[in-house]
Amino acid sequence: MTSPPRVSPRSASGQVRRLFSPGLLFALPFLVLFAAFMIWPLGQGLWMSLTDTSLSAHAPSFVGLDNFTEAFKDAEMWRALGHTLWFTVISTVPLVVVALGMALLVHTGLPGQWVWRLAFFAPYLLPVGVIGLLWLWLYQPDLGLYNHLLDSLGLGTVGWLSEESVAMWAIALATLWWTVGFNFLLYLAALQSIPDHLYEAAAIDGAGGWRRLWSVTLPQLRRITVVITVLQILASLKVFDQVYLLTKGGPNGSTRPVVEYIYDVGFTGYRLGYASAISYIFFALVVLASAVQFLALRRREK
Amino acid sequence: MTSTDTGSRAAAARQVARPIRPLRPPMRRPQSRTRTNLTLGESRTARVLALTALTIGALIWLLPMSWALLTAFKSEADASDPLNWFWPENGFTLEGFSAVWERGDLPLWMLNSLLIAAAVTVITVLVSAMAGYAFSRTRFAGRRWLFVLTVAAVLVPPQILIVPWFQQMLSLHLLDTYAAVILPQTVAPAMVFILKKHFDSLPQELEEAARIDGAGHWRIFWSVLLPLSRPMLAAVAIFVFIGAWNNFLWPFVSTSDPSLMTLPVGITAVKDAYGIQYAQSMASAVLAALPLVVVFVFFQRHIVKSVATTGLGGQ
Repeated sequence: MTSPPRVSPRSASGQVRRLFSPGLLFALPFLVLFAAFMIWPLGQGLWMSLTDTSLSAHAPSFVGLDNFTEAFKDAEMWRALGHTLWFTVISTVPLVVVALGMALLVHTGLPGQWVWRLAFFAPYLLPVGVIGLLWLWLYQPDLGLYNHLLDSLGLGTVGWLSEESVAMWAIALATLWWTVGFNFLLYLAALQSIPDHLYEAAAIDGAGGWRRLWSVTLPQLRRITVVITVLQILASLKVFDQVYLLTKGGPNGSTRPVVEYIYDVGFTGYRLGYASAISYIFFALVVLASAVQFLALRRREK
Repeated sequence: MTSTDTGSRAAAARQVARPIRPLRPPMRRPQSRTRTNLTLGESRTARVLALTALTIGALIWLLPMSWALLTAFKSEADASDPLNWFWPENGFTLEGFSAVWERGDLPLWMLNSLLIAAAVTVITVLVSAMAGYAFSRTRFAGRRWLFVLTVAAVLVPPQILIVPWFQQMLSLHLLDTYAAVILPQTVAPAMVFILKKHFDSLPQELEEAARIDGAGHWRIFWSVLLPLSRPMLAAVAIFVFIGAWNNFLWPFVSTSDPSLMTLPVGITAVKDAYGIQYAQSMASAVLAALPLVVVFVFFQRHIVKSVATTGLGGQ
């Protein structure tokens, strides 16, 4: 696959050496894959967004910005974007807060470290297909665990995935269970790198447990919290898998995120050109979110 | 906090990566420092409260998987009995597992997932390490510019590429092949970035002795730097492997032939075929979950470190 790049024992003449320098040969395998499966598709996607490319047989023709004007008038697209943003809000907050709580508790050094880590992190290792099967069963209206539990507490049952007002929360809950372990581990690593002398100094000053938490631990975690939140927002914006597997975007499209709309338009509706245009609108949103976060971060650091 | 000059990711990645300096043997470090007396204070009540909260949290988190296990070992009749919903009337059975196993597709999908994830991991780690070395240790025309482009590409969500990837594979007649599933997943700009930063952190003196002995770039890369980078490479490999093993959208779009499906795609495709056979459905979920959970139990420390090191750049 990759033959070792030849290394000229003596430096050849300037220009040739610059062109075929060992450095370029080392980077070449990556650059080839990068060009073929990142740069080229980005360009092709942009081109397709300006055509009426379809999965059916007819040859694509150039339509200018028609796809984009259609998209901006497309109520379904705005609705899907709204769902994506809503999911991002209701998943990011608990995914950061719960992860922090877990990490603080585990880091106190209580016995059973191995068990706590396994319990909180193991779900992250489950393939999303398993998440789909598992939570469909947990949320099953008549036989599922959660309705059984609610029922035995006398609280009545909930149509977890079938009620429009509940479904998105149910998906966010499943997502919290599934992926919180990741942020938990990042917090744990950050906690372990807080220097001991800060705690020792606080102890000498007579600070109690809570005081140390507020005055040492949490301030030291500010930076990693910003980073985790940023990464979580970017990850949540890309939601598709678990929504598709749990509700297929339903009931009545009330949970369909924008990535699923791209999939539906492109592969169910055969309109690859239009799907590309929506892809680019979504891409713009992601870039915008990253830019806002980056600027906010810079300002904070100043 | 310390450095405020560089981009947040870089700084944070380094900050978190600190525990895994390559020259330090990875296994010797104690798993976690016990700071009971420092963070909790000496109060017994605080300890009891923390332990209680932790236990409740862990129970809530373990509940879904325990329920899945319980269901998987029930007979279908017991699994869908609304009255005796907790403890099975007819005892435990392996019926669900044997039914799933006899269908025969689950082992096949596991094998596909393993092959694909392994191929993605080997290619990604090798190619990214080489590129990281090139960006860190060599000079060539366009190096700076290409590195900036690579870092910028971290922002591109793979989800927006599925349509062009699909079109690309369609025109190359590669749909429904392993190549179509594997190749797009091997482009990992974030891993190139992480490995470049990692090579930057290794002292140059290490190679100078080798260079004086006449070693070329390949020798230095392969025999000097890579052996020193084992913990970092392991971290990247684990992270890439988990990502590929769990990847759903692209394998789902690029394969329609059940014999080529990966585990997440396959068990989803037949979900409807299980119908209301919940014991079978949970048995297949348990079997599908098993490989990575078992690996985690044995390699917990490595996996925890891998996520902590690479996680920040990898999303």
